[in-house]
Amino acid sequence: MEEATVERGIRCTALTKTFNKGATTAIEDISFTVEPGELFGLIGPDGAGKTTLIRVLTTLYVPDIGQAVVDGLDIATEVKALRNRVGYMPGKFSLYQDLTVAENLEFFATLFNTTVQANMDLIHDIYVQIAPFRDRRAGQLSGGMKQKLALCCALIHKPTVLFLDEPTTGVDVVSRKEFWQMLAKLKKQGITILVSTPYMDEATLCDRIALIQEGRIMKIDTPQGILDAFPIRLFALKAKATYSLLCDAQAFDGTQSCFAFGEYLHLTFLDQEESTIRRFKDYLKDKKHQEVVFMEVKPSIEDCFMYLMKSEKQLKTAS
Amino acid sequence: MKTILFLLEKEFKQIFRNKALLPMLFGMPLIQLIVLPLAADYEIKNINIAVVDHDRSAFSSRLTHKIDATGYFRLTGFMDSYREGDRMIALDEADLVLEIPAKFENTLQREGVERLFLAVNAINGTKANVGASYLSRIIGDFSEELNQEKRNKGASAPSSQIIVTSSNWFNPHMNYKFFMVPGILAFLVTMIGGYMSALNIVKEKEIGTIEQINVSPIRKHHFIIGKLVPFWVIGMVVFSIGQLVVSRYIYHIIPVGSLLLLYAYLALYLVAILGFGLLVSTYTDTQQQAMSVAFFFVMIFLLMSGLFTSIDSMPEWAKVIAYLNPVTYFIEVMRGVVLKGSNWVDLQNHFLIMALFAVFFNSWALFNYRKSS
Repeated sequence: MEEATVERGIRCTALTKTFNKGATTAIEDISFTVEPGELFGLIGPDGAGKTTLIRVLTTLYVPDIGQAVVDGLDIATEVKALRNRVGYMPGKFSLYQDLTVAENLEFFATLFNTTVQANMDLIHDIYVQIAPFRDRRAGQLSGGMKQKLALCCALIHKPTVLFLDEPTTGVDVVSRKEFWQMLAKLKKQGITILVSTPYMDEATLCDRIALIQEGRIMKIDTPQGILDAFPIRLFALKAKATYSLLCDAQAFDGTQSCFAFGEYLHLTFLDQEESTIRRFKDYLKDKKHQEVVFMEVKPSIEDCFMYLMKSEKQLKTAS
Repeated sequence: MKTILFLLEKEFKQIFRNKALLPMLFGMPLIQLIVLPLAADYEIKNINIAVVDHDRSAFSSRLTHKIDATGYFRLTGFMDSYREGDRMIALDEADLVLEIPAKFENTLQREGVERLFLAVNAINGTKANVGASYLSRIIGDFSEELNQEKRNKGASAPSSQIIVTSSNWFNPHMNYKFFMVPGILAFLVTMIGGYMSALNIVKEKEIGTIEQINVSPIRKHHFIIGKLVPFWVIGMVVFSIGQLVVSRYIYHIIPVGSLLLLYAYLALYLVAILGFGLLVSTYTDTQQQAMSVAFFFVMIFLLMSGLFTSIDSMPEWAKVIAYLNPVTYFIEVMRGVVLKGSNWVDLQNHFLIMALFAVFFNSWALFNYRKSS
């Protein structure tokens, strides 16, 4: 606020929002910066506080503590101007089901004092896909089409910052891919995008990501940076009897963590000594597991997330 | 202004596409207006009476015939013992039991005084009260008849007596429909204004569209006007159908007073009651909650509005509630204009009070309506 230079993008400092008169903390001490034109991902499981954070930044919630500046405008004092520049696509499909595709678009254009025609250049690529259904009621569209319509409605007033709350939840794999391609195109037009998702595999499609858990940001970096920062060795493990293998691996005294990851188990040890690894192999032999595959692998974002979550918990219990 | 027009267009489109809402809005009120007044009948007929006649004399049978002849009563039992009469009350076959003592005629002729016993089944209080008072009047008439006969026989000078006759002003035939129909019409308009507006706004919250509205730069009073005006119009239309079609052609009620005055009051009343609906919607998040809250208040509004029971006979505390109830004033105005022909001067206070209600509900609702929380 005190800075004279107009700052684009998003910058928030120490945002905290509680509900039920302070009994439930949804987000706590959130600070981060999104550069103008950046595609920024909020990655975290359900209930991590992603939606609350987006609602604070889109002026739907007033934070208890902290400030945020979106596209150079303060979310507390310059609400009116901000609402003209922000595009918001809520997690739940929330357009008028009883209005047609065209009527929905027109309605939201009018809300922002503009017309569909004036903004066709921005939404054209997406609009052509839903145009064949323009006279169909929004409630009768398929999931992927609904999502495209919602994106069009969020873009209809040429926002400079776009907030997308779990846009790909409940959408099929092909539509998810298409959706991220659309986001990449929008980014090229200079729109700053903040997107939240519970899918860790989508994280690599963002410029930078924030890993968020229980209302706190654990880490902010580029996806590669987060992967590179994974401090320990990671092993993948497979055998014929997966469940008993998981139980045995978790029971091994040198195991730090072990969880199912696709058809493999992902495993880390408390120390990174070769002797521990040898001891573990012998242990598996003793347990008479068959068709054992054991190899060192590169971590994924999900592994990093699990690791960070575990070490945060250990920090908490230690203090 | 352009925004409001556009919001109205959208709102009407949605209302007319809602296959469940449309019949609700227009059909139900009319059906209710046609059905309810028929049921809300204060004329009590078919009161079941059992007569226990220990006398079996000419007098006792004359009395029994007289009761039977009025048309209000249905003689369901005629017996010798009171125990049987008691049993009939227990079985709900009799609402009243009249016991005529032995030597009724004899005693009456000899001493001029005799007592009758009347037992009333008070489970249905209204029926019991009305029945008992009809019966008392019939017995009074009967004793007057006997006196008259006695006097005629004795040919002595007639004693002076006072007979009270009453006439019913503004509704000479005491047709209960004349005051029920305007009252019920007022209540139906209340339902549309109060319920539908609350539900409509909460629906936007429930399906999440309100968030899209709230992140847009639209001003909250534009949004609210866009929401309330359609129901104001619908309220006017439903009232017109009720007043100009149903009341007129089915009940033959033609307002004595000015129709324009009635519409002016309706217009103001709808603003107040829509404000109430809006207020409910700001405190609730789902249609179910809104329905429950609105239902609670509308029930109180209805029962304490003087629609069914006279406010004058309520206890003091209830009178206070009745006069804090906007429906009370609208029903008074409806009945005043339709039956009595009240004019602007008579109703000035009603207009003022309703304006206060309108300001009160709407400003509270507007104050409580938040685009962000």
